[in-house]
Amino acid sequence: MESASRSWGRALGDLTGGWDQRELWGHLGWQDIKQRYRRSVLGPLWITISMAVTAIALGILYAGLFDNDLATQLPYILVGFIVWAFISGCILEGSEVFIANEGLMKHLPAPLSVHVYRLVWRQTLLFLHNMIVYLVMLVVFPQHLHWTVVAVVPAFGLLAANGAWVAILLGIVTTRFRDLAPITQSVVQLMFFLTPIVWIYDQLLNSPNPAVAERARLAEFNPFLHFVEIVRRPLLGQDQLLRQWVIVLGITVVGWAVTLVVLRKYRSRVSYWV
Amino acid sequence: MSVSSSQPIGITTKDACVDFPIFDAKSRSLKKTVMGLVGGNIASESKVPIIEALRDISLQLDHGARVGLVGHNGAGKSTLLRLLAGIYEPTRGTAEIRGRVAPVFDLGVGMDPEISGLENIMIRGLFLGMTRKEMEKRVDDIADFTELGDFLRMPLRTYSTGMRVRLALGVVTSIDPEILLLDEGIGAVDAAFLEKSKKRLSELVDRAGLLVFASHSDEFLRELCDTAIWMEHGQIRQQGELEDVLRAYKGHP
Repeated sequence: MESASRSWGRALGDLTGGWDQRELWGHLGWQDIKQRYRRSVLGPLWITISMAVTAIALGILYAGLFDNDLATQLPYILVGFIVWAFISGCILEGSEVFIANEGLMKHLPAPLSVHVYRLVWRQTLLFLHNMIVYLVMLVVFPQHLHWTVVAVVPAFGLLAANGAWVAILLGIVTTRFRDLAPITQSVVQLMFFLTPIVWIYDQLLNSPNPAVAERARLAEFNPFLHFVEIVRRPLLGQDQLLRQWVIVLGITVVGWAVTLVVLRKYRSRVSYWV
Repeated sequence: MSVSSSQPIGITTKDACVDFPIFDAKSRSLKKTVMGLVGGNIASESKVPIIEALRDISLQLDHGARVGLVGHNGAGKSTLLRLLAGIYEPTRGTAEIRGRVAPVFDLGVGMDPEISGLENIMIRGLFLGMTRKEMEKRVDDIADFTELGDFLRMPLRTYSTGMRVRLALGVVTSIDPEILLLDEGIGAVDAAFLEKSKKRLSELVDRAGLLVFASHSDEFLRELCDTAIWMEHGQIRQQGELEDVLRAYKGHP
């Protein structure tokens, strides 16, 4: 039975209708950031500071463990961390985006996407705060940047586009099946270790020990590797790999296609499930 | 006042039903669903109990309608308001809502205790579908109405309950809604203030293209509405002139 609630038009209308309310979620996204650090003296600057502290501490630790130059290890960890903070933020908060907004959803007839745009916007603001640490790092450890650094803009755009579909998809599924939220959290934590963020991918690939190199190559199957790399490579002045862009674009297209199908079918059910 | 679509505002529902699936901890988990599929015991296991909150609601509300909603607790008044707001899309039947909806079900929703009264005015307005500019024009008027003065610069958590209600009422009554859906709970204010808010409330209703108002107070209903719907067990028991419906409802044990 085909019902009016389950049409492509309504699904797309949810996405565009939410976009039209950007004054609302734009305001709320800022509010979320300010809210977290209200009554503290430094305010949102704490985002920047805690990222700096983490990156410096881990940079020193892993430079020692892997016997790397700090000037190589620290920038690598820092940029990796900044990108990972965005990715994991979108996934973790996405897995409870509708559950957390239950009150609003039952009182206001807003498109589902409003909550998702607010989430991605909030994560984008966090990302920008963290980029301040990157700029400071450029002064301490100058990188050989080329004009290709502008690639970071479309790369981040792709990251945000993927964050949006992941949050919609996970949000819908976890609202129906509440067990999936804790599973998601464990998986994200695991993926942090499987993704080259603290360990330097290229070094392990070229390891003199063939067993290690063999293992490292498996990371290619980790989709997060490609998302981290398309942002990290331009920021560290490394050559970009077409393969990684193609994979990310492919995931974006497939992800949105699946999300649209799910959105079409279950959009109108979410307010019944929360 | 801006009308978003060329169509005249209104709400049309036809045989609309709202069925809530009640997932207990077992049926909400993926494990049960997967195991159920594998085990083959689907029919009895996968059946989720359903509460029929609304049944066969057919309504035609047009521009200018002032509809009161009466019924006992649990009769489906709030659910009907949510159906009319578009929060619940009917599980069977259809509902078509033409116009911008301003739902006022809970005065406190979207209010943030940590930010100032002034900032809360802005956020609450945005939630009600106003733009930032429209709200900036109204802030002074709302501040006057609430009589909160310098307190508006203090965080909301320092307010008493009565002060919060004033603030919320000030914002709600300042907007220009096309479709206004009011759910009771507009009490808890001192008498002098209530008199003042009544005037604003009726002005708000005059501005609104369409009003649906759920209340237990005959006095309020008579003031704001001319027709009424009597809800019982999730169905429309009676629809017609306000006095007729009220008489039937009151006469009913």
